[in-house]
Amino acid sequence: MLVLTRKLNESIQIGENIEITVLSVQGDQIKLGIKAPKDIEVHRKEVYMSIQESNNEAASILPNILEILKNTSKNLK
Amino acid sequence: MEISTKYHGVIEAEPKDIVHFQNGIPGFLEEKSFILLKLDQDSPFYILQSTNTAELGFVIVNPFQFFTTYEFDLSDNDKAQLKLESEQDVAVYTILNVKDPFEDSTANLQAPVVLNTSNNEAKQIILNDPRYQTKQLLFAEKVVK
Repeated sequence: MLVLTRKLNESIQIGENIEITVLSVQGDQIKLGIKAPKDIEVHRKEVYMSIQESNNEAASILPNILEILKNTSKNLK
Repeated sequence: MEISTKYHGVIEAEPKDIVHFQNGIPGFLEEKSFILLKLDQDSPFYILQSTNTAELGFVIVNPFQFFTTYEFDLSDNDKAQLKLESEQDVAVYTILNVKDPFEDSTANLQAPVVLNTSNNEAKQIILNDPRYQTKQLLFAEKVVK
């Protein structure tokens, strides 16, 4: 991992199109500004990981659970 | 084309039925091609089946059927990515985490699957709305008989 030290209002440039700026520092909270092309998705890491985890779990359900689901959908009508 | 599926055996699909996830979905970034299969004729549930990986199939459902106040705005970026031109072309699904008993099943309301029905471009979008989480009880509003 590359480690850089930055001060308030200083930036780092990633490639041609991505710029990350330190906007404010208060105690242990740091506010970052991110400029990136529209097709680059920017998410809080823990949020993205929880989506990944949820997708992984949803993908690993067992075939017999599907039978339950079929029966339940009959009851839903 | 023939597709091997997780729950429906080998099926025949038309290229027009293929749903494209340009960027894959979180956790499965290489999976960009899926097909929507009704679980069975009268079921509200669908399987979002990978066309490349037989074992990969998600149970999905129209969230508005279970969460009557569910709402979110699509960002301009998302609209552009899906090439969405009309609101009428939007279909929304939520991925379920199916449990036994089924009453314990949860829906991922934080990351709905949005489909442009006019061109079959789809995306799992991530909402930044504190009301919606990855595991919300499907039957929070409804009681299963």
